[in-house]
Amino acid sequence: MTELAATDPLPKPKRDIAPILLPIALALLVIPLIGSTSSWLTLTAASLAMGMMIFIMASGLTLVFGLMDVLNFGHGAFIAVGAYVATLVLAPFAASVQADSLWVNLAVLAPAALLSMAVSGALGLIVERVLILPVYGQHLKQILMTTGGLIVAEQTLYALWGPQIIPLPLPASLRGSFILGDVAIAKYRVLAMLVGLAVFIAIQLVLNRTKLGLLIRAGVENREMVEALGYRIRRLFLGVFMTGSALAGLGGVMWALYREQVHASMSDDLTVLIFIVVIIGGLGSIGGCFIGAILVAMVANYGGFLVPKLALVSNILLMVAILMWRPRGLYAVTSR
Amino acid sequence: MTDLLKLSGVHTHIGRYHILQGIDLAVPQGQTTMLLGRNGAGKTTTLRTIMGLWQASSGEISLAGERIESRATPDIARLGVGYVPESMAVFSDLTVKENLVLAARDGPLDDTQLDWIFGFFPALRRFWLSRAGSLSGGQKQMLSIARAIIEPRKLLLIDEPTKGLAPAIVMALIECLKEIKRKGATILLVEQNFFAARELGDSVLVMDNGTIVHRGEMAALAADVPLQERLLGLSLEAHQ
Repeated sequence: MTELAATDPLPKPKRDIAPILLPIALALLVIPLIGSTSSWLTLTAASLAMGMMIFIMASGLTLVFGLMDVLNFGHGAFIAVGAYVATLVLAPFAASVQADSLWVNLAVLAPAALLSMAVSGALGLIVERVLILPVYGQHLKQILMTTGGLIVAEQTLYALWGPQIIPLPLPASLRGSFILGDVAIAKYRVLAMLVGLAVFIAIQLVLNRTKLGLLIRAGVENREMVEALGYRIRRLFLGVFMTGSALAGLGGVMWALYREQVHASMSDDLTVLIFIVVIIGGLGSIGGCFIGAILVAMVANYGGFLVPKLALVSNILLMVAILMWRPRGLYAVTSR
Repeated sequence: MTDLLKLSGVHTHIGRYHILQGIDLAVPQGQTTMLLGRNGAGKTTTLRTIMGLWQASSGEISLAGERIESRATPDIARLGVGYVPESMAVFSDLTVKENLVLAARDGPLDDTQLDWIFGFFPALRRFWLSRAGSLSGGQKQMLSIARAIIEPRKLLLIDEPTKGLAPAIVMALIECLKEIKRKGATILLVEQNFFAARELGDSVLVMDNGTIVHRGEMAALAADVPLQERLLGLSLEAHQ
């Protein structure tokens, strides 16, 4: 590094913007392939909404991976539990859910989402204490324990609610679309984008503007040194695990409303996407997770429209391509 | 002079390897004690065991009369022990400022202390808002030491601070450590660079195969070339 003279202005930190340009480039690249501007806009809006929901579910997992080095294959349980809690809370308020007023809808939706987060977070506390704590540092056992936990959670949901799909209708005011010219953008997708963006901004503010956030970022990189500075990182682990579980619960509510249905194994397909997002984003990187989620959703939507036969493998191909470019993900935070 | 740190019969196992095999040592208050020895002798393991990063399998470790061998690392750090690892372990994703904010556990950064540190390490002021990962090796070492001294500590454990650094930076580090010493700090310093050890050390401990094989005054070891050759496999002249 070239030394600066004392009078030189402080250098500004260099930002790695190549990953940020990736989804923009992808979106622009497919315009001529899709042909119709309105289809492109609809697909892009769908990608952003889906990406935000996946980001909400994956953000906790990437911190759990990065900070705690824990392979939590049971993350999907928090998604399903969050969705089921929402059905429980919303069922007695069906009239309010179907009311035409946005505020009445939000007055029941917001507490349902908060309660889902609280229950998923509390479940996270139990899972961390009972399943994860005994197997810290042992990846194989973590996989076995958390996969076992997921199976137990799913079977418990089946036992309590039965195998049938439970409908979770969208609130009346969130049905339909905003019409801009000949482009229709579903109202709920706009809400999903706003919630996802709010979660992203909130996490970024905590990580970058608070000492707690500094500790989390430092812990992702070097847990041992954080402890050597006098901080009890195990408590931080627990807090991050519970927050990650709560966010998965919120994601579960958002996804269930998006699909308008809930079932015990609803997270099975999502879990694959979430893991792809966490891996291509870079373990422990919230920024990488955010971009990764948008990329995965874009590839799923654009790919499904352009080459439906490749839909199943498109995200695997995306992951391979990203890892060939950056083997530790878009933003490498940990050395793992 | 009272001993700030004492180890008695400390054994440490890492997996099936028996690394420390009954360490007895004392670090007097206000002095710099050098811990020397060949690669693999157990110097880093000794520091890590004191810090609680590896648990002693048996033996006693006391800091200012308080037993610490079964305490967790954060508790040991909170007793006033600063640790500078061999790998430097700066948080590369954080800026220089953020690294120091994190190290200042008890509150906001103290401007007087910061100015004192900038006096030794002006580069840290220049790169204040740069990511620590973008610093050179010497600057990372400066940051690692600054992190350990940003608040007053009872004891500093420093592991090979001059390793891999250019001679000019080694000299700057030696001057800094001398100044820290003049302020009354107690330091246990692992060092392979005999010149740095001679400049800084009051007393010396030499390790081999997980035990202390020599203890005495640093000046006496520096003056005794045959003893250096026997203990360390080197002569001071070869390093001058």
